Amino acid sequence: MLHLKNIKKSFVEPGGGVLPILNIPEFHLEAGEQVALIGRSGSGKTTLLHTIAGISRADSGEVKIDGTDIARLSEAGRDRFRAEKIGYVYQTFNLLSGFSALENVILGMTFAGGRSDPARARQLLDRVGLSARYSHKPGMLSVGEQQRVAVARALANRPKLILADEPTANVDSKHQQQVIDLIRENCRQENIALFLVTHANEVASQFERVENLESFNRN
Amino acid sequence: MSLFKIAWRSIQQRSLASSLTAFSMALGVMLVCAVLIVSHVLDNYFLSGAGLGYNLVVGKKGSSMQLVFNTVYYLDRPIENIPWSFYKEFLPADQRSDKQEGMYSRWVEHAVPVNMGDYLEGFRVIGTTPDMFGKLEQQPGKKFEFAAGENFKKDDYFGAVIGYGVYEELGKEVNDQFTPTHSAPDGHVHDDKFTIRGVLKRTGTPIDRGVFVNIEGFYLLDGHAMEAPAEEANATDEHAQKKGHDHAHDHDHEHHHHHEPLAENLREVTAVLVLTKSPPGDLPSMPELGAQSIMGPINKGNIAQAVEPIRVIHSFMGTFLNPLRIVLLVLTTLVVVISAVSILVSIYNSMSERRHEIAVMRALGASRGTVMLIMLLESILLAVAGGIAGWLLGHGLILALGPWITSRAGVVLSPFQFAPAELWLIPGIIGLASLVGYLPAWSAYRTDVARSLSASP
Repeated sequence: MLHLKNIKKSFVEPGGGVLPILNIPEFHLEAGEQVALIGRSGSGKTTLLHTIAGISRADSGEVKIDGTDIARLSEAGRDRFRAEKIGYVYQTFNLLSGFSALENVILGMTFAGGRSDPARARQLLDRVGLSARYSHKPGMLSVGEQQRVAVARALANRPKLILADEPTANVDSKHQQQVIDLIRENCRQENIALFLVTHANEVASQFERVENLESFNRN
Repeated sequence: MSLFKIAWRSIQQRSLASSLTAFSMALGVMLVCAVLIVSHVLDNYFLSGAGLGYNLVVGKKGSSMQLVFNTVYYLDRPIENIPWSFYKEFLPADQRSDKQEGMYSRWVEHAVPVNMGDYLEGFRVIGTTPDMFGKLEQQPGKKFEFAAGENFKKDDYFGAVIGYGVYEELGKEVNDQFTPTHSAPDGHVHDDKFTIRGVLKRTGTPIDRGVFVNIEGFYLLDGHAMEAPAEEANATDEHAQKKGHDHAHDHDHEHHHHHEPLAENLREVTAVLVLTKSPPGDLPSMPELGAQSIMGPINKGNIAQAVEPIRVIHSFMGTFLNPLRIVLLVLTTLVVVISAVSILVSIYNSMSERRHEIAVMRALGASRGTVMLIMLLESILLAVAGGIAGWLLGHGLILALGPWITSRAGVVLSPFQFAPAELWLIPGIIGLASLVGYLPAWSAYRTDVARSLSASP
């Protein structure tokens, strides 16, 4: 489902020097498979997720998702592909503060090109336990509830892959497990591959497959 | 969810800043709208005034604009008078005491004399004949109508008719009496009283602000007769005494049958309103032909001038009104442009805090073009909301100021009057908003998604 090959990514430093970040010869993730990615801070985990999502472009290499090499797509093509095939859960939730919980989920559908499906948005919010919070704006929700809205939004377009970047880092310990369970359970239900970045061992240890970025990033 | 809704939510999120920028746009559009309406109404006023049932004004030589302004619009001061004998040249034999055919009568359909110089509480008093409202028409095919009473009769020397504006402002009604002042609103008060016989319906023309009295009574007012030439002084002495103004007598002119009309050789007229016609036998009727035939000889002479009010008014509008209108429109449009720039500043200033939101939308799959469009829509929505409010405020301003302007200038301003140029307001605003929205939209377009996502919201 996800196949990375010869991915290289570097940044130009302010002084003009080149800072290599990613050098990944090969990486696979099967459909419906769930992987926890660990690695030290600054090792390039978020950069890798951005590259897989098409937010950043690799300097070279293939990023094949569901058979499409998004590295070859135009920026607009990557945007469309991301909207349709990839769900993204962020550490800081990244909900739009002016929109209600329901609208935040629908917003995820709006950019996918298809019609917004409020019924599915409500169903997803029901599924994450927010039936009574449709019209609440993010500021009126607890952090745990905000992250659940973010999970519902990531699922909105029935993606093939969910990228989760430290989804529990800003959630209190009481709700961390709920969020992890929610993401994993929903991915299982809809056969969505999950690529979850975490620095928490108690989270990573729940996954059958755990990868350390430093083990396959030759940088 | 539509992009409009996304843009609208963004506006709502910054409701105070958004309201203030929309309000400044509303103020600008209000001013433009008011200027457009007023200038449209002024156009109509001057053009309709220039077509009140006559196509030629004949008066003393001098400024043609002064002649038209004074005679047609009751503005400016009268030029001097022309002799009654000159007026008679427009009349056919059967309307002249000497039964001779007037020099210009074959080209004249109607000729109505007007005398000016007196006032009634700031309104012009115009001495004229009943033909003013009997033969002349408000518009081609539309006769003058009375809201109350009727036209004064020819032999009702001290009968009068007032325009609707005079009725509204002074509250004078049929059978009320008044005494004009001589030469100025605060001038000497004449002794003789006129009685109002009719109140005209509103015409939306300068007529609304006129007090029309029988020219015969006008001549009989003290100081309105010419001084008789020395050799005729004795002959006219008796006549002058007959004309009245025995200041001790009772001035109730309900029964003025004892008055004799002023002798013709003691009469002058301020102007003659003439509706020309083609000379007999020329078909079809072409009043312009008659006008041209009359104007040449009159203007070559050294007594009077004959002018076409419509041409004078077009010249006035081209010389004074249009440049003034352009200056006002440029100034008010600048206010709108400044308001539009404030929209730019408002949105652009919010960009730093919104870059994260834009990045989130991009991460959710919105293309660069989509976020750019959302920003443009935001600018357009703000401007259009302000524009619609300004348009309503503009008409509201006319509603508020209309009565005051009507009472001061006689121009009827209604909030339900629309200038054709108003149709361009909203498209113009959309264009302007797109222009000023382009800068923040371009900034949104260039947002670095990865970097902005990494930054704290």
